[in-house]
This record gives sequence, C-alpha cells and structure tokens, in this order.
Amino acid sequence: MSMSSGPWFVRRRIGHGWRPATWQGWLVTVAMLAPAIILLIIGRVAKAPVWLIAGIALIGVYAAVAALGARQPRADVAAAPAPAVDAPRSTPARAPAPARRPLAADRPPALLVEGLTKRFRDRFAFQDVSFSVGSGEVFGFLGPNGAGKTTTVRTLGTLLAPSAGSATVAGIPLTPENGEAIRRRIAIMPESPGLYLRLTVRENLEYFASLFMIDDRQARIRDSLTAVNLASRAEDVCASLSKGLRQRVGLARALLSDPAILFLDEPTSGLDPVATREVYELVESLRGRGVTVFLTTHRLEEAERLCDRVAILNTTLRMVGRPDELRARVFSAALVVMTAEPLQQPHALFASVPGVERWESPEPAHYVLTVSEPKTVAPPLTRALVKAGADVESLSESRHSLEDVYLELIAEDVEAAAR
Amino acid sequence: MSFSLARTGAVLRKELREFRHNRLIVGTMAFLPLLFIVIPISDLFRHAAPAVVHAQTGAALLLLLVTSVIIPATISAYSVVGEREQGTLEPVLTTPVRREELLVGKAAAALIPAVAVAYLIFIVVAVAVRIGADQTVVNDIWQAPTFLTHALFAPLLSAWSIWACIAISTRSSDVRVAQQLGTLASLPPLGIVALITFQVIQPSVTVAIILACVLAALDAAGWMLVGRLFDRERLISGARPVRSTP
Repeated sequence: MSMSSGPWFVRRRIGHGWRPATWQGWLVTVAMLAPAIILLIIGRVAKAPVWLIAGIALIGVYAAVAALGARQPRADVAAAPAPAVDAPRSTPARAPAPARRPLAADRPPALLVEGLTKRFRDRFAFQDVSFSVGSGEVFGFLGPNGAGKTTTVRTLGTLLAPSAGSATVAGIPLTPENGEAIRRRIAIMPESPGLYLRLTVRENLEYFASLFMIDDRQARIRDSLTAVNLASRAEDVCASLSKGLRQRVGLARALLSDPAILFLDEPTSGLDPVATREVYELVESLRGRGVTVFLTTHRLEEAERLCDRVAILNTTLRMVGRPDELRARVFSAALVVMTAEPLQQPHALFASVPGVERWESPEPAHYVLTVSEPKTVAPPLTRALVKAGADVESLSESRHSLEDVYLELIAEDVEAAAR
Repeated sequence: MSFSLARTGAVLRKELREFRHNRLIVGTMAFLPLLFIVIPISDLFRHAAPAVVHAQTGAALLLLLVTSVIIPATISAYSVVGEREQGTLEPVLTTPVRREELLVGKAAAALIPAVAVAYLIFIVVAVAVRIGADQTVVNDIWQAPTFLTHALFAPLLSAWSIWACIAISTRSSDVRVAQQLGTLASLPPLGIVALITFQVIQPSVTVAIILACVLAALDAAGWMLVGRLFDRERLISGARPVRSTP
C-alpha cells in the first residue's frame, strides 16, 4: 500500500512525485490546466499580457490548492483489509457447477453479526442483533412485517450503514471501505426481482455479469439459466414473463457471480405453489453445493422445510436456533390423551405416573399432560390408564410447529407493547 | 478497486439498449431534431432587412442549442428515479459497481446522443443556409465564433443538463416530476449563450472560450454535487446516511 496525501484530486505518492491519484483527479487537472494553457497560447499569439497573466494565475491557483491539501494525510484511502477468512477467489468461479465443501463445524462463520443496530432518526429498524451463520448453512430470518428483516439484509449487503455494532460478511469486516469487496462475494435477491422489463432475459443477465466483471459471461449465463430451468426463455423480453418466471430470472441473476452468501428476501412472495416448490428445490440444491443462504421469509412452513436454523426478529432478535430447539425452548413437552369417557379420578391417576409434571383438561375426556420426557413417560402412562379401566382412544405427543413458536413470541411482544 | 471502464461501458450499453426500446426517448430524439431543423430554416430563408436577419440568426442559433439541453434532460431525469420505479436500482447497487462508474455510464449514455444530435442539426442547418439563404445569413452563420460556440457549448450545456437532471432524479419519486424539474434546471446556462447569440456580448473566439470555461466550471461543480447525492443509503432509504456507504 503506498502512502499518499493531498487533496482528493492531487495526491502526493511518496517516491512518485506529484500526480493525480484518481481519474477524477486527472479530470480536474485537465479541466483547470487546459484553459490555462489556452490562455497562455492566446496571450503569446495575440501578444496580450492580460491573457498571459490570467493563464499564469490559473496555474498558480491550481498549484496553491494542491500544495495546501498535501499536508493532510488521508486515512480513508487505505486499501480494504484482507478478508479474515475464506480468501476471495481471484475470479468468480464458474457458476452453479462446482460442488462446495459441505457444512462443517470447524469452518469459520460466513456471517458474524454482533450488536448490529440500524436507526432511522428516532426509530430503530432493528436493534442489538447478534447471530452467526455457518458456511453452507441455510439460515432463516423470520419476523412480521416491519420487523427489520429487509433492513438487516440491506445493511449486511452494504446498502445501508449500520448505526452501531459490527459484522463480518463472507469473512470481510463490514466497513464503508470494504463495501465493494463484500459485494463481490455476495448476491442479494430482493423481494421484487427488479428486472429491466424492456430488455430480454439474456440482456438483463449480461448487464449484471458485466457489473461483476465475470470473464466467461455467456457460459455463466447459460449455467445460471439452466439452474433455474429458464434456458429456453433466454431471448424473451422480461415484460412478457409471468411473475414466477421473473422471480426465477432474479434467482439466475443472483447465481451469476457464484456468491459465497446468497441473500434471498421473500423469494416465494406471490408465487403459485408450483413455482414455490421450484424455488424450494433450487434452495435445496444450493445447500447441496454448500452455498450459504440467508433467507428472509414470513412463510413459516418454508423456513421449517428449508432452513437449518432460524432467527426470529421483531426489531430485536427474539430467538435463534434449530426449529426443534426453538420448540423445546418455547413449549414444554406434552402428551395428549383422548378417552371415550371422562376419567373417574384423573388427579390420582396422573399423580401416580412418574414424569408427569402437571395436567389440564381443555375438554371433557381430553387431557394434556406436561411431561419431562414424552418417550419415557408414555409406557407407564399407558399402563396406568389401562389399569384404571379407561377406554383410551389415542395417546400422542403434542407437536408444536414453528408457526406456534413464532406466534407465541410475537404475541409476547404484542402483550409487552400493550402494557 | 479502481475505476473500471468495463463496468462503465456495461452501464452505457445497457442504457442505450433501454433507450432503443423506450418510445418516449426515441420519440424525443426523433421529433425534436426535426422541429429544430424546420423552425430555424423556415426563419432564415425568409427575406428580411439586414437588422432583422441578425436577430433571426441569433434566435435560430440559440434554438439549435436548446436540443443540447432538452434531449439529455429527458434521458437523464429518468436515470435514477426510473430505475427506482421499476425496482432495478437495488439489484444494481448490490453489485460491485462504484457510484462513479454508474454515474459516468449514465451521463455518457445521455451525452453521446444529445451531442450527436446537436452537431447533426447544426451541420444540416449550416449547409442548408449555405446552399439557399441570403448572403447576410450565410455571413452570420459561417464564421469561426459561431462554429466554435456550437462545438464548445453543445457538450457543455448537455453536461450541465445531465448533472442537473440526475441530481433531481436522485431525490425525486416520480419520473414526470423529475423530467419537468430537470428541464427547468437545465435552462439557466442557456442565458449565457443567449447573451452571445443576441450579441449583447459581442461574439468572438475569446468570449466563447471564456464562457466555455465558466460552463466547464459549472459542470465540474454539478458533477461533484451529484457524486455527493448519489449515496447508496440515500437512494435506497431516502434517509440521509449516518456515514458514507461504500
């Protein structure tokens, strides 16, 4: 890294003398010096000293500004620090093809977020959010509308600057200087695919491939379109595509750069069941290739089906973990007993079974037992019921869905807000 | 991570492709030049007293330069707010493209057709005058300061119009509003040209160069202003950034 100082348009590079450091610098230098030279020529040809003086004065102004600014070293020109982990590929690898290493516990996290906060004036979009996402993991980010999911994605995607906290994205610290380096290694598919509707599918993808400076563009576009089953529609104008097909083009675009982390913001929003299933299959295939997927959604069955772990956000992070862990944390294990007739002495019966912590009867002949461990409690409970002469219609473990967990947590927030 | 001409070229190509499919832009580029050829020629081919001819020539030359302002205004006012309206701004901003690359690509896409059209209609009018107009008119138009004024001012006025319109486009939420305000904001520098064409300032090579320098300085200021406004956070959220986003 070369030391440099000076105003933004002329920077002194030690050992290299004076010269503009950036293309804008060259532009300003030419814009200032060219008129000065023209003035000098006119003055010389017309033998008019006024023109000569004006030309010299202009050069003097330029030199003075450059010299004054040269005393202040610039900190913000430091090159982006090298990624802490997972060094970036020199050129993006050939798209959807190469298999990645499977998720491994010893691999560094693809995303590490600590105390991240984003505030717009007096309103928090999200606050003090901390979590990590392992390489190759499919991570679900759940929350109601306005919870801050999209703002979190935009912040991690370097579109918004965090108000507080820190994050490492694809091994690169999230700082203003590293924005470009991070964007090379990630892809974001917003909720609306955002296609140039007047252009064809191929023209759309060519544009984005050029912005990522992908070498073998046509092969990469072909691979991406094949991955989303759209190879035959490459020459179609995007305006002529259905919403589902546009969403798939958006996914193909996200795959173009072979991202280390793929952010999908509500990828199945507004899609029909067939198109939704295709998106699911695509996400599963990405998981198979070891791509880290950060999926924001409020379709809970989607999160339950696709995600290794989920986080529930409602401005603050409410919970992070595997869906079964969250269920266990929010709900106690329970057994549900249905009998033909109400039991004669349920108190005595359930108290005699080890492992039953408490019970309730929401309806006659319907009993919900909170137990320590359903599998160990079920056999003695069955024996006790038979011994008591009960006609047992069913005995089952109560299964809470991720939706139950989600609704429970959000309901707590609503109650807290009402208090 | 330096400025990439390849990415700038990609933005330029995409913009030109989009214009090709946009009826409003194609219509503006086709209709305006026709209008700005027909009106001056019909004026300049009328036989009038020499004093009137000077005024007519001035007006015609000014009219020719108006295309340099209106065509880029139509194109560049759409450049940011249009992308925001169709939802393409966010995907573009999530790529590694730098703001300077995006701005220069978009500006070049407006500048190139605008300057090409401005030069073309000037050449057509000048040749037509040479062939069929009165000698007084020919003498007024076929002189070095006139050609120099047009050669210098067409790109400089276009550049001003582009920066003004992109600046408005970054803050606007509606394409039509951006185009109307952008066109209005583009007009003041024409006042400088009007002073020359109506001979309030006596036209000469020196005056043309000095005023061109003034316009170039205005363009540089416009570029700096747009560079500041073109912040990812501001474009996405509409909020003033807490600190500069990359």
